[in-house]
Amino acid sequence: MRAQAHRLLLAAGFAAWSLAGVGSLASAQVDKAADLRFPPLRETTAPTPQRVVLDNGLTVLLLEDHELPLVDATALIRTGSLDEPADKVGLADLTGRVLRTGGTQRQSGDEIDDFLENRAATIETSISDDAGSARLSCLREDFFDTFQTFADILRRPAFDATKIELARNRSIAEVARQNDDPQDILDREFHEIVFGKDSPEARSPTFASLAAIRRADLVAWHAKYFHPERVVLGIVGDIDPAATLAKVREVFGDWPRGAAIQERAPKPPHEVKPGVYTVDLDEIPQSNIAMGYLGIRRDDPDIFAVEVLNQLFGGSFASRLFANVRSKKALGYVVYGGVNSDWGRPEVTELVLTTKGQTTGAGVAALLDEARRLFTEPPSDTEVEEAKKALLSSFVFTRDSVRKTLRQRQTLEYWGYPADWFERYRSGVEAVTTEQVRKSAQRLIHPEKFAIVVVGPAALRERPLSDFGPVTPLDITIPGAPKAGKQP
Amino acid sequence: MTFRHALRWLSAAILFAAALVCPPVTAQSLASFEQRVTVHRLANGWTFLLVRRPVAPVFSFVTLADVGSAQEVPGIYGLAHMFEHMAFKGTPNIGTTDWPAEEKALALVETAYQAWQAERLSPHPDAAKVQTLEAEFKQREEEAGRFVIKGEFDSLIQREGGVGLNASTGADTTRYFYSLPANKLELFAYLESERFFHPVFREFYQEREVVQDERRYSVDSQPVGKLIEQLLGSAFITHPYSHSTIGAVSDLQTFTRTDAEAFFRTWYAPSNLLTVLVGDIDPATAIPMIEKYFGRIPARPMPPPLRTVEPEQIAEKTIVLKDRTEPIYIEAYHKPAVTGPDEPAWDVLDLVLANGRASRLYRSMVRDKKLAVQVSTFSGIPGAKYPHLWGVFVVPAQGASLDKVRDAVRAELDRLKSGDTTDAELSRAKRRVRATLLRDLQSNEGLARQLADAQRSYGDWRETFRYLDRVDAVTKADVQRIATATFIDSHRTVGEVIRDEQPAPGPTTAQEGN
Repeated sequence: MRAQAHRLLLAAGFAAWSLAGVGSLASAQVDKAADLRFPPLRETTAPTPQRVVLDNGLTVLLLEDHELPLVDATALIRTGSLDEPADKVGLADLTGRVLRTGGTQRQSGDEIDDFLENRAATIETSISDDAGSARLSCLREDFFDTFQTFADILRRPAFDATKIELARNRSIAEVARQNDDPQDILDREFHEIVFGKDSPEARSPTFASLAAIRRADLVAWHAKYFHPERVVLGIVGDIDPAATLAKVREVFGDWPRGAAIQERAPKPPHEVKPGVYTVDLDEIPQSNIAMGYLGIRRDDPDIFAVEVLNQLFGGSFASRLFANVRSKKALGYVVYGGVNSDWGRPEVTELVLTTKGQTTGAGVAALLDEARRLFTEPPSDTEVEEAKKALLSSFVFTRDSVRKTLRQRQTLEYWGYPADWFERYRSGVEAVTTEQVRKSAQRLIHPEKFAIVVVGPAALRERPLSDFGPVTPLDITIPGAPKAGKQP
Repeated sequence: MTFRHALRWLSAAILFAAALVCPPVTAQSLASFEQRVTVHRLANGWTFLLVRRPVAPVFSFVTLADVGSAQEVPGIYGLAHMFEHMAFKGTPNIGTTDWPAEEKALALVETAYQAWQAERLSPHPDAAKVQTLEAEFKQREEEAGRFVIKGEFDSLIQREGGVGLNASTGADTTRYFYSLPANKLELFAYLESERFFHPVFREFYQEREVVQDERRYSVDSQPVGKLIEQLLGSAFITHPYSHSTIGAVSDLQTFTRTDAEAFFRTWYAPSNLLTVLVGDIDPATAIPMIEKYFGRIPARPMPPPLRTVEPEQIAEKTIVLKDRTEPIYIEAYHKPAVTGPDEPAWDVLDLVLANGRASRLYRSMVRDKKLAVQVSTFSGIPGAKYPHLWGVFVVPAQGASLDKVRDAVRAELDRLKSGDTTDAELSRAKRRVRATLLRDLQSNEGLARQLADAQRSYGDWRETFRYLDRVDAVTKADVQRIATATFIDSHRTVGEVIRDEQPAPGPTTAQEGN
């Protein structure tokens, strides 16, 4: 193998040129990256999608991309598990999956599986906490056929009972396995503490909540939320826009609007009780640590200063957390942190670390030290300039593919952000000052208010976690789990 | 490697196999790529592939070192991956405030470390002496640390707009990759040549701690990670595929900077390296730049080929891991190297058996028998350059018995041996292969990965496309033939995770003694 790996395959006519071209340049030497001078970057503008709103309120975004004979269509549907009733947690997720697998009035689920597989196409649907989605990917020649099925799935799902049971089996297995990966435990428990244990943002399905879900619940969920005025449809790829739009009108044009829905109101943020929360897992050698509280929404007035703060604090290999906690103190493999934001609701502010059980206390202390150091050694002009330069120089990657551009526009449309948000991002970051970064840290980082979650081997800890605040052990027992060792 | 990593590897192997099946597309694509690909080999042996794809003013690259954990010997298990981490630590020009002084300080660190380790590992260590020598080492480490500019290599890339900066190590190869704005090509040429010209292994022993923590993260805290490690150790009795890429705890606590430097000199000879660049690049300016920077590196001998060949497995093996987690079922068989003539037939077999909701294993085990909630096949474990493992991975449904799971898997493998693959399944699989490749050609990174794999495996990037003709030629008889030759009891290794509230003592205490 290795011997064959270096056969020379010079393109025709290239060999002579390249040999001639080498000598003159090879003499110059560069010792430092700072000596490098770069030519200006070719300016590009992101293509603007064609935007059409049908009479029934369906928003359509179209973009042509003829590089490859492929087409992608994505529908975002205004729904989400945040609206689930507390005794049926898991309903939105089940609905999102069985929408696709449960068939339509025209094709059974199995028929759709074969139909798509024969065309090397995929359609997948899901409902997350704050958005539903349906995604189609196919070869150009199959677009109209598969798009009809895509529309049927959105409009006329059959919710076949046997497919509901299959999906439920999967959800049950996920509940049973929810404590198998320490990272999953950390993630779940941290979210429960930050958002509130029974909050729609943090709660997860249980055996009981899954058992309570009926087919009628899925049907009702679909009937309530799946209407054209709640859908943003994006189509990108090797398409003819006029013909595609005509097809969209054909399959979606007579989709009636739904009844008005009382949208959920924003609620006051959950008060996090500072302190240490522990899950003792003595069968693993590593502590998994997360600390923090609520983050911000992406329309926060400080968002661009926060982006810069995150970059220099814990969002990259060149950040403070990475350099000090990982490279210098060698405390652990996974380390990152920052004030996270989401389009529709606050995300979490978090500092995360993995470290061996014997350095758990040192790890917690190191994260807290870095958070406090934002005030004792506030971000310098140089750090801020470096972080801004990184964000701005990489801006070109926000528009390096037509598909990405369409996805972005669709997201902005769904969340009601201005269509030029990414342009505003660039000028916003450009305008950020050191003072603004420091102020945003002062406003948003309060180490004394952090909830600290530690999942790992209690027996190995080198110092008591009570050093960092009152300790609350967490019970991760799965309610209703069958007794261990029973295998029917 | 966690199984997630393993699966990522697996999908890479499948994508690689995926090329364009329909004859018109094949011809068109290969012809179009012939126009856009330039191959350039430096005098020192480093091979470059340049692929023009000017859809946006950016480029991506992957540097592929033809070395992985399969090149390790006992005592340095984990060093290939450790080197990957060290390749971000800088050079005499990057990451230091004063190289001449730092160089001296680093030499003292190494001397101190070796003295400490010699005493610590001696048959009758003197506890007081060990303590003194450790203190001496820590002191030297601290002194050398004063010259370090933290993360300068990473900073130089990120401040110029680099994204996707990372690297990965497998049993076969080590990959380094990121993307830059197109006007920063010279930065790439400078930095990438620097780190493989004269890397400096500063902060070596700190980083060794980080790598030990990576092992805790990806193997010791993950039942599937532990199971795969045990499975490899059982399925291979001779070949270095028997040890995991992340490495042995003892070796991660004892290999030295001197070991790493020797490893680098042997395995990072320029002739053992390949870089594929894809994006808005012009060979007319890029090649002289590459010559200027990468041409600085002196040629070194090609490293020796691996001699060891795994003998035919003659005994069925079963691994049972008792853990406080839900059950997992794996069964694995030996399969030829990826360059073998039957690789396209293996792709078809995988697609028929386990790709999507219309596949045989899904319909039988998930839909009909309700024994599993997820079932997939894997290949290329732990690598694919040499004969390796192919297998079935099952996440059993709640309460399903592993006996029934096993019987259901075997029933489907037996069906393949009976030769009942249909024409519809065959043509569907071939179409899927074509579409999968097309989708991977949509990004600079995907394209770089595809062509690098083909160039390394076959010595010719064109095999990415020619491979399609080979897939197109696969027959139902081929699938039956490889199934019959492979799915034999004595070639099988089974791995099970079984729930037990009193698991075997883990690595918690035993492995942390230093």
